[in-house]
Amino acid sequence: MQKEFIISGFGGQGILFIGKLLAYTGMKNNYEVSWLPSYGPEMRGGTASCNVIISDDAIGSPLVTEATEVIAMNGPSFVKFEKSVAPGGTMYYDSSLVTPNPTRDDIKYIGVEATKLATEMGMGKLANMFLIGKVLKESGVFELDVVFEALKGLVPAKKPELYDLNKKAIEAGANL
Amino acid sequence: MSEKVLMKGNEAIAEAAIRSGCKLFFGYPITPQTEVSAYMSKRMPQVDGLYLQAESEVAAINMVYGAAATGARAMTSSSSPGISLKQEGLSYIAGADLPCVIINIVRGGPGLGGIQPAQSDYFQATKGGGHGDYNLVVLAPSTIQECVDLTYKAFDIADQYRVPVMIMGDGMLGQMMEPVSFPAHDDSVTFDKSWACNTTGMKRKKNIVNSLYINPDELENLVWERQKRYDLITEKETRAESFFCEDADIVLVAYGTIARVAMNAVKKARAMGIKAGLIRPITLWPFPEQEIANVAKTAKSFLSVEMSTGQMVYDVKLAVNGKCPVEFYGRTGGVVPVPQEILDKIVEMSKKL
Amino acid sequence: MSIVFEKPHALSDVGFHYCPGCTHGIVHRLVAEVLDELKLEGEAVGIASVGCSVFSYNYFECDMVQAAHGRAPAVATGVKRANPDKVVFTYQGDGDLLAIGTAETIHAATRGENITVVFINNCIYGMTGGQMAPTSLVGQVTQTTPYGRKTETQGWPINGCELVSQLEGTALAQRVAVNNVKNIREAKAAIKKAFTYQTEKKGFTFVEVLSTCPTNWGLSPQESLKWMEENMMPQYPLGVYKDKGAKGDE
Repeated sequence: MQKEFIISGFGGQGILFIGKLLAYTGMKNNYEVSWLPSYGPEMRGGTASCNVIISDDAIGSPLVTEATEVIAMNGPSFVKFEKSVAPGGTMYYDSSLVTPNPTRDDIKYIGVEATKLATEMGMGKLANMFLIGKVLKESGVFELDVVFEALKGLVPAKKPELYDLNKKAIEAGANL
Repeated sequence: MSEKVLMKGNEAIAEAAIRSGCKLFFGYPITPQTEVSAYMSKRMPQVDGLYLQAESEVAAINMVYGAAATGARAMTSSSSPGISLKQEGLSYIAGADLPCVIINIVRGGPGLGGIQPAQSDYFQATKGGGHGDYNLVVLAPSTIQECVDLTYKAFDIADQYRVPVMIMGDGMLGQMMEPVSFPAHDDSVTFDKSWACNTTGMKRKKNIVNSLYINPDELENLVWERQKRYDLITEKETRAESFFCEDADIVLVAYGTIARVAMNAVKKARAMGIKAGLIRPITLWPFPEQEIANVAKTAKSFLSVEMSTGQMVYDVKLAVNGKCPVEFYGRTGGVVPVPQEILDKIVEMSKKL
Repeated sequence: MSIVFEKPHALSDVGFHYCPGCTHGIVHRLVAEVLDELKLEGEAVGIASVGCSVFSYNYFECDMVQAAHGRAPAVATGVKRANPDKVVFTYQGDGDLLAIGTAETIHAATRGENITVVFINNCIYGMTGGQMAPTSLVGQVTQTTPYGRKTETQGWPINGCELVSQLEGTALAQRVAVNNVKNIREAKAAIKKAFTYQTEKKGFTFVEVLSTCPTNWGLSPQESLKWMEENMMPQYPLGVYKDKGAKGDE
């Protein structure tokens, strides 16, 4: 397997966290993984993004320039990273925040009303989990059970209730 | 071997330092290495160690000087502009033969420059940086696991040869996460610290940690004595890794994270039928001259790939010693090259063969 | 034969390099006497600074670390933090402590760094041959203020004791002089108090000693003492500026 993700959106949307979830799940399942965030004023000023690679082999460049999956949680990210999707790859986006204007016919586009649906379910802050649920389902990168197992290792010990909430959001996203 | 954990390079270096017996860390915030300080501030109190935020990088390196003078394992960390400020202290530390470890997570320069990854401090790190005849041992990890392994190594080299050791990464290495494990640290090796200023207890003659020698003959002797130690380090500690060099026509030389990008390009070139290879220096000082010289006997050309306007390329040229052409490809200012642009350069070079 | 006077044990058996009439020698002796009396020689690490006293690493019998110009308080911090139960002192001049090392001085004080700073103020850079110091007096002629220190271009002298006494971490800030027997005795008492406070972990202790530099002042040793009394003492009044150990000043 060689999956290369670009995940991008606003700071506070949990962009870095879903990247970490993918990388951590990969590590727990004996894949080679890397997680590279954007950093600096960009991180503080509003946009957040990270590159995640999950591979059977040692990872060369941790920079993702030809993503198998791009996950865009805001409009600017959709525009900025559309060109970074490898031919045959997929652009996932939160259609409640992004008005898509697709310019390519060699990639797939999958929109999910993640923020809207998550908010309706009272889990507005977990739109990222809705979206990643959909990505997991469509990309087949990991089985959901494997992700849930890994999730246990990322939820703070002091807030075990977050595990159930996140799991529920991922499941809801996967079932869309 | 411990269980794998997902960690940022900056944090992995900090944890590895603690496991190496580093008891004192003196920091000062600067992007993109601040996580080293943040991690130390959290962990040091848990292991009965010290984290202290100094008033400046100048003060921090001099605190390291003081702590190292007592024989303790001490470390500081910074990024390019801060490392410039530390040069005074580094020269004194080298001149006083004190062991310590300095982390440099390089960002774009000159001046305040930028905060994105760069390798433009190669000259500063490998050619002295401060005043006087001295060298730092410079280690350049390319993965987070190697950050751990080389941090262990750094403290041992420092103590064994009584020299400052720099771990030089870039912003990408500091910020990215990869799985790492922390091998059990070998604490069985002990080092001579009879020179340390940790009080006489009225039981021995006093020790002096000093770099001032007014008599030129005395200073010359000491500098040459140190040079002999540098020769020994060169003989014993030089490290590099090479890939596909046996039959390579075009040999890339790249270090740190850029070696990984270069590796992607080499593999793509191979897939196209171009015989490319890669040498990755792990020690930037001492530079793996012999490794390169050996490959230069059979290679047709060399390509130094760096995130600078061309610094290591001079060392590559010295090592190749005119046996074949040495070319350069670089990006600077914080721009990280992608495999394709390196591949383009390899293809261009292959047409000249 | 009874011994009536001898060299303190903590003072090394080597000749000083100081100029005739320079008061560094007196202050060195006072520090050594205090180390002897408090039995601290074997527990102490001294930090030599840059300036005339750079060679003090040759003069004290305890372990000595030589620091870069101005960095002695930072070096002392490193030594002390590695050995919190040992005694650490710096011996610094005015250029070192209040020009190039101002930040290190202020921050060691504000951290309440448990060290003792012996600060030699003689209003001039001695080692480099008599240039203006941060403590040089207004109107004072030096090699780099040949027309006298002018406030328009060089500003005013800095008062070290007053400055550090403002900081919470400072446990003792006292200015003394070594111009006569009475003052020398007071100077020794202040240095002894500073080291005692350090062993009691009271915080940063700072003793400023008004000293002479006959060579660079261009005066005889005797004239120098008079010059100190007439010119330096009005700008730098002797006294205790802060004493956390004194009653009512805790």
